[in-house]
Amino acid sequence: MNVALREPKAVQRLTIVDCDIHPTWRTPAELYPFLPQRWREHMAAWGPFVRQGLAGQLPFPRMMAGGMRVDSFPQDGSPPGADLELMRRQHLDANGVEAGLLIALSRGGLEERNLDFAAALSSAINDWQLERWVRPEPRLRAAIVVPQEHPEHAVAEIERRAADPAFVQVMISPRSSDPLGHRRYWPIYAAAERCNKPVAIHVAGFSGGHASTGTGWPTYYIQEHFAQASGMQNTIMSLVFEGVFERFPGLRVVAIEGGLAWAPALCWRMDKHWERMRSEVPHVLRPPSEYVREHVWFTTQPVEEPDNPEHMADILGWIGWDRIMFSTDYPHWDYDDPRQAFKFPLTGERRARVFRDNAKALYGLP
Amino acid sequence: MKLPIAGAIDCDLHPAPPGARALLPYLDAFWRDQITNRHIERMPFTLMSYPPGSPFAARPDWRPASEPPGDLDGIRRHVLDPFALRYAICNVLHGAIALFNEDMSAALCSAVNDWTAHELLDPEPRLRAAILVPPQNAELAAREIERVAPDRRFVQVLLLAMGETPLGRRVHWPIYAAAEKHGLAVAIHAGSTYRVAPTYAGWPSHRVEDYVAQSTAFETQLLSLVAEGVLQRFPGLKVVMSEGGFTWLPNWFWRAGKTWRGVRPEVPWVDRAPAEIVRDRVRFTLQPVDAPAGDPAVLRRTLEHIGSDRLLLFSTDYPHWHFEGEDALPEGLGGDTIRRMLVDNPLETYPRLGDPAPGRRRAGASRGAPKPARKRGTVARKEAP
Repeated sequence: MNVALREPKAVQRLTIVDCDIHPTWRTPAELYPFLPQRWREHMAAWGPFVRQGLAGQLPFPRMMAGGMRVDSFPQDGSPPGADLELMRRQHLDANGVEAGLLIALSRGGLEERNLDFAAALSSAINDWQLERWVRPEPRLRAAIVVPQEHPEHAVAEIERRAADPAFVQVMISPRSSDPLGHRRYWPIYAAAERCNKPVAIHVAGFSGGHASTGTGWPTYYIQEHFAQASGMQNTIMSLVFEGVFERFPGLRVVAIEGGLAWAPALCWRMDKHWERMRSEVPHVLRPPSEYVREHVWFTTQPVEEPDNPEHMADILGWIGWDRIMFSTDYPHWDYDDPRQAFKFPLTGERRARVFRDNAKALYGLP
Repeated sequence: MKLPIAGAIDCDLHPAPPGARALLPYLDAFWRDQITNRHIERMPFTLMSYPPGSPFAARPDWRPASEPPGDLDGIRRHVLDPFALRYAICNVLHGAIALFNEDMSAALCSAVNDWTAHELLDPEPRLRAAILVPPQNAELAAREIERVAPDRRFVQVLLLAMGETPLGRRVHWPIYAAAEKHGLAVAIHAGSTYRVAPTYAGWPSHRVEDYVAQSTAFETQLLSLVAEGVLQRFPGLKVVMSEGGFTWLPNWFWRAGKTWRGVRPEVPWVDRAPAEIVRDRVRFTLQPVDAPAGDPAVLRRTLEHIGSDRLLLFSTDYPHWHFEGEDALPEGLGGDTIRRMLVDNPLETYPRLGDPAPGRRRAGASRGAPKPARKRGTVARKEAP
């Protein structure tokens, strides 16, 4: 992670779909053309307003290079993920990326406490994704960023973008004010279902107002990093037990960067205790594992690495080979290299599914 | 399946917690006044995590007609006798630990421990117990451990999986120092005092969600103990994860290991892979077995992923409802694994269970025990006011 990776020419038998690429701006002013004057002034004077003690940085400092691959810093001094040429050379071309899904993590639309500002930022980020990334580089696709704590605006934003094939999914954060199964978020799921776009749930660095674990704040980044996997389990659990999948049978959810090896054990646990406690949740008509199997897709990075690599094959089989989608997390430090992510032999058919075909089917990519 | 041998050790059993009125004889004059004048003795002190009427809190055939489940008679008839146990370790989940008043919490925890000694351990020599401590004040908790430790029938210290801060934080370290000094394990048991929301996105709507989410709290605590250095700082300390499941462990091993390889300079005292540290120092009670009931091959494979047959401690979790009849063991375990789990692993985890003649001195009655800070009543039963 501290050395520049070689940039081999793409001698790939298989082109891939990367389900997690993070673009960013050279400076926040890149958003100004897409913001009304009122919010440009607000942004300049007040900046983002999020639920943590430090402004403009994360309270769990990353371990290397601000959480970035050290070789991903553009020469012009702009931040990693801001230079399309470098992204092409270093990642899209080098790794044979046929389609790359943008996850525009922002200090804005997802976490901003001022909901009107969050709505303006979300719209601006969506316009920016189109102008700055998808139009110049058609291999890239955008996710609709929405102000999730303001479902009315979120629905309007989804509807505004629904017909544009540049946007393949709706993105929300699992570190929400309430667990994502709560009814306040249902209009978002209804809108996503109506326009037939999956809902992408990508882990987030910024809190929705709660400690990062069910027993308070940890001390170190290694713990905060793990909390994303625990939190993603709680998120899937909430969607199941609140009855979201019963209410929205066409809803498809993608769990991004929250790990996946926990999924079978979580399903066994949910099934077991649902059986015992189902009188409390009569709206959950079927064993929880069935909803997960039908409605949830998982991206791979950071893929778990057992000492015995074959154990990971057990896990992926238990989840279902048609629900696993490869991702790199470019340009972040814990990037998974497509050549090394899986340390056990994959059959040609499974390799094609995981690296390309599952994502193409889910997103309707050509 | 049924237990193949007699003499097994049940490492997680729940007597019905005493109401506050039953504790009055074990409180000093000050707290007896407080508790009665404020009508606190009328309060149930039931933890929100374990509503006694809910289906998982008591198996239907284990539920007594009137009393709350977990009376001594039921413990004998349903657990000690039919399973032919050598010992069962009582975790008395009393609501005293959820109070905000640290002194009242400490006084009631002491009373619960003395009640446990008199009402459970004295009449039933097959029972052992955990020391209940006020979790919000480690200094008071350590003092209570010092007070009770001379009674060697107490074999562990009881903490909940969800509290105010992760248990590795240094504020909790006096508890571990005291436990290590006295050869007591620290048991982290499912449940929450609800000081923070049970998930990082806030408050779920249903109890089943909170119960399922316990396993993620155990993930948090396990990493907290490793990353914040507790297991390195207290090399003699054993930790028992109680009623949190264990089939989530492979994922924990793999993810914690991978991330540690990436960020280990942040926590340089973690000098081995987290999985190795856990395999050495942390144990997990059997129930609930979160695996598909009809497919023993999955559990067998998961145990291969876990990679050790020394991690599991037999438990019934009585009277909580996890299995039917006397089928306390899931299908899919090998004979050696079962024998280790029933006897050897508990004996290695709890050195006090190996005492040739178990100590019978009462809590606080030992001359060698440090003086409690407050003036307390003697531990011998006093008349209720």
